[in-house]
Amino acid sequence: MSVFPFVVVAWILFVGLYGVVTSRHLVHQIVCLIVVQSSTYVLLLGVGYVTGAVAPYFYDVPVHTPAVDPIVQALALTDVVVEAAVTALLLSFAVQAHKRFGTLDPHELVSLKG
Amino acid sequence: MTPRQCRWVFLVAGAGLVAFYLWGLTALPGFGHYPGPYGPAVLRIAVEQTKATGVVSAVNFDYRGFDTVGEEFILFTAAAGVSVVLRKLREERERSAVDEAADRDVPPTSTAVRTVALLFTGPVVVLGWWLASHAQANPSGGFQGGVVLATAFVLVYLAGEFLVFQRFSPVTLTDAVEAVGAGGFAAVGLVAVLLGLPYLKDYLPLGQMAGAVSSSGTIALISFFVGLEVAAAFILITGELLEQTLLIRRPA
Amino acid sequence: MSALAAVHTPYTVPVVMMQALQVTLLVLVAAGATAVVLIRDRVRQVLALSVYGVLLALLFLAFQAPDVTLSELTVGAVVLPAVLLITLAKVRKSEE
Repeated sequence: MSVFPFVVVAWILFVGLYGVVTSRHLVHQIVCLIVVQSSTYVLLLGVGYVTGAVAPYFYDVPVHTPAVDPIVQALALTDVVVEAAVTALLLSFAVQAHKRFGTLDPHELVSLKG
Repeated sequence: MTPRQCRWVFLVAGAGLVAFYLWGLTALPGFGHYPGPYGPAVLRIAVEQTKATGVVSAVNFDYRGFDTVGEEFILFTAAAGVSVVLRKLREERERSAVDEAADRDVPPTSTAVRTVALLFTGPVVVLGWWLASHAQANPSGGFQGGVVLATAFVLVYLAGEFLVFQRFSPVTLTDAVEAVGAGGFAAVGLVAVLLGLPYLKDYLPLGQMAGAVSSSGTIALISFFVGLEVAAAFILITGELLEQTLLIRRPA
Repeated sequence: MSALAAVHTPYTVPVVMMQALQVTLLVLVAAGATAVVLIRDRVRQVLALSVYGVLLALLFLAFQAPDVTLSELTVGAVVLPAVLLITLAKVRKSEE
């Protein structure tokens, strides 16, 4: 249990990278990139976790209760929203690439000229 | 390099990466035994110093506010990039959004989808505003509230058609709201500089009771601006993609 | 304080129960990621991504991070699949 979440992170990263490398369609590649990004969120939250602690919100819980780390949660939270917008930007590039080259196969896109 | 060779090279390299990663894992403190010291230090002083009971939002908008400005401008740039990349190219034509063949036989949107989408649009807007304006108390904040607000507009598109979506969120208004949100966040920090404090330091009077809506100074204000900006950015992105799919055509 | 003692608030559950929940959700997330990558049909992959987003949100909730849960739920289950489906519609329309 003390190492299992990080092993799961390594697995998700490996599987996502495998999807990116062996993909035949640009939109499938972008979805596999989303999976790779999600592995970093799990890693961040796994690093900051304290066993038996509560969430760091003290609205109804006494102020000095042991809580999990709030810094990595702040990082992960902005991360999730911002990378959705960057993924939308990648998808718009894919749309324009399809218009220009007629195909979305990454192996064929490399060899065509403009 | 053929796809099979790609796959084999990746498996070798990937195995090496995972081996190094697992080797590094042995030196980690183990899941659940976070040693600190930054996290526990912030937890100890955050509630008295900022009078905000939501420590994650206090970290996001006060202790690490400068990082959040950077992230918000990444979002702003990505939305602007989508608008630029999906512009109408020289050889394309943009149709108007009015249906030209209104009497053709198209299957209507199912009643279940329309009912659920219409029923939930109002509560989703209220929830989004609540999330964006209560950052200092509960698990809320500008980023989550903004995305939930943008979801309400996607529900409007699902219940109706693209024309209704465009009428609810014209591009100029969405652009203006996004600019107000991004600029407002930067301006709140600049006002601190004008008052002689470091950039983005909390200068509004802190309330007495921790966790009230009016306490915690600039955190609530910044969270409101961030909510506006994130909502407008996602509505803009969805609107641009819909316009590109439905309206822009290459003439035959 | 032993490493496995939980703090006592009205909301906490025994540590062993929380650990069992976390292990289950981690296994489900690993399976979900594998499923998303191995599905090749585009529209089905987007639906699998939506389910994966909900599973991730539950995992973040078990890691005591409700803020990240809210973000991941709205982004991963609504916004990303919507944007992906619109792109797929555009690409398929251009193929015809």
